[in-house]
Amino acid sequence: MSLLAIQSDALGYGDQRVLGPVSLDIRAGEHLILLGKSGCGKSTLLNHIYSENRRECALIPQGLGLVECLSVFHNVYMGRLPRYTVLHNIRNLIRPAQARVAEILPLLERLGLAAKCFSQVADLSGGQQQRVAVARALFQDAPVLLADEPVSALDGPEADRVMSLLGQNFATAVITLHDVDRALRYGQRIIAIQNGELVLDQPSGRLTASALNEFY
Amino acid sequence: MNSTKPLSLPRYRWPGGVRTGVWFLLVALLCLPFADLDVSSLDPWREIGRMLQGVISPQLMDPVLVTEALLATLAFAFAGVALAVICGFLLALMFHNLLVRAICALIRSIHELFWALIFLQFFGLHPLTGLLAIAVPYCGIFARMYAEIFDQVATQPEKALPVGSGFFSALLYTRLPQAWPHLVSYTSYRLECGIRSSAILGFVGLPTLGYYLESSFSQGYYSEVAGLMILFYLLIATKKLWLRRWTLPLFLLGSPFFMGSGMPIIWGNVGRFFSQDIIPAPLRSGDASLHSLVDWAGTIVMDQALPGVWNTLLLSQIALVVTGLFALLFFPLINRYCFDTVGRIPGHIFLVVARSTPEYLLAYILLQLLGPSMLPAVIALAIHNGALIGYLTGRNSNEIRLRPDAPERRTDRYFYELLPRSYPAFLSFMLYRWEVIMRETAILGILGIQTIGFFVDSAIQEIRFDVALLLILIAAMMNILVDLLARRIQLHP
Repeated sequence: MSLLAIQSDALGYGDQRVLGPVSLDIRAGEHLILLGKSGCGKSTLLNHIYSENRRECALIPQGLGLVECLSVFHNVYMGRLPRYTVLHNIRNLIRPAQARVAEILPLLERLGLAAKCFSQVADLSGGQQQRVAVARALFQDAPVLLADEPVSALDGPEADRVMSLLGQNFATAVITLHDVDRALRYGQRIIAIQNGELVLDQPSGRLTASALNEFY
Repeated sequence: MNSTKPLSLPRYRWPGGVRTGVWFLLVALLCLPFADLDVSSLDPWREIGRMLQGVISPQLMDPVLVTEALLATLAFAFAGVALAVICGFLLALMFHNLLVRAICALIRSIHELFWALIFLQFFGLHPLTGLLAIAVPYCGIFARMYAEIFDQVATQPEKALPVGSGFFSALLYTRLPQAWPHLVSYTSYRLECGIRSSAILGFVGLPTLGYYLESSFSQGYYSEVAGLMILFYLLIATKKLWLRRWTLPLFLLGSPFFMGSGMPIIWGNVGRFFSQDIIPAPLRSGDASLHSLVDWAGTIVMDQALPGVWNTLLLSQIALVVTGLFALLFFPLINRYCFDTVGRIPGHIFLVVARSTPEYLLAYILLQLLGPSMLPAVIALAIHNGALIGYLTGRNSNEIRLRPDAPERRTDRYFYELLPRSYPAFLSFMLYRWEVIMRETAILGILGIQTIGFFVDSAIQEIRFDVALLLILIAAMMNILVDLLARRIQLHP
């Protein structure tokens, strides 16, 4: 049962082709990992999927896209801006609504950020900022997660905790990673990209780390 | 998630910059009850109607006169700014010296119209008056900005030079080339301000645009006013076309020939001004006791300076906040995440017109319409400065790169992405502008609002130049204090 169907000719910026023709079905309940060297077109593919399916997807972009001068709370809250009236959003910007704080705090707690709830994002470390972006995606509560290297700034155990949190909360996900072991652990289906082509598309059960390493 | 353990959470506090803004807002609200904001003219709508009729049927007065006025406006601007650039550059190199800094602070804190009024007293309507009225304050401004630009360039290249390279060689090879683009862009911006200043100098009698604007306006020839203004906007909007690297020398060399001949300088006046006119009255009359001097100064301070300062403060604080609100309202008009290329055109036109109209001229027009109160002054200051800061903030906000999943509704996008990201730059533009707004507020007194310029103008009319000079110095002190305060707030919001 296909949830998202991606059909496209070449993808890229301006005249520069980054990725060849792509045809990809993403099934509901599937955790798909994109693997490949940096610059191979993973992010391009991910952004393309997002631009075609904005309604269904929560995005964790590579640059995180946080508003650094706002608090952690407000950045996380942004995941649900469209659900509330403009007036509520403006009021919540001036004075955080109690009910929203009560919703967001437990989420921050699980990511080890509760104490930072009202800190400015600019004051946080790189790893903490990445977890704020994760929290925003979790709070958005969309059916599909699109995440571009969501744990690149986190250390091993921390990264695993965040990956399993994302796995539990999103039935369907497309995640780019560069760590082969982690890809095998969390992905059900793995796609490798090389030289602008999808060169491998297999269930992770059939793959080994050594077989995947050749794509790096 | 499962347990509801009590968590001691610090209360949410606004970021420092927002608190600064709210303080300014509160101060302005406190000022409101004391400010005279009435519309006192009997039938403003009829006059507005006549003026709009003039706008839709612009008319050119004698083309020879108009050309002369435009050329004179440019001539005073180019010559004044050029002189200021040379002196300001030299002073910038000595800016570490406390005395130089103090002199620059003083000369730039006195408005060009005040300078014009001073020079008028001894040079009369000679071109030198207009030239120096622009050159002197601009020199102080250039010195400070150039020094700031020099401070911001990398110092490693200069440190890496061999010992004994010499001050000027080191300057030419390291600091100057690095600072050059910034120096040029700032100077070009200032030239635009110089054209506005030059146009305004016509209001005190120099043969620039303001002279003809005032005479047409006071006779109610609104079509002529509209024609002149349209020419002025075209001149500023097309600056990029006529001001090129190769035309610049032409303008500079040509400018002395288009300032008009004015009246000859009477050197006796110059001597009398310094030896008699500006000497405090008690000293002049031979009664040089400390008591009489304190008496003299005390009367001026109580009767003129205090009410003038009080009104200047009230008006400038209100105008500052309205300016800020206008700027925050205006900047999305030219933001690429709010409107597409075509949708931004009206915003661009509005902002360029509003920021090219000198606040003095706007205030003059609005005063005729609404009658003498602070209201027209607030509106004039807020429109001009709000459009300028709105333009700068808008340009700044176009550098923002939004993430692909940025909020889709325009209002959400404005409040959660654009506003927070642009606010720090906006605040620093505002703090810079605070002193400018206060300087302008003081000068608007000449138009009849009782700010300090009103008392300066009255003193000059009564030929009491000692009083006028004292009041001008008091206004300068106010501006210097505000400038220091603004910089403190900038460093510790």
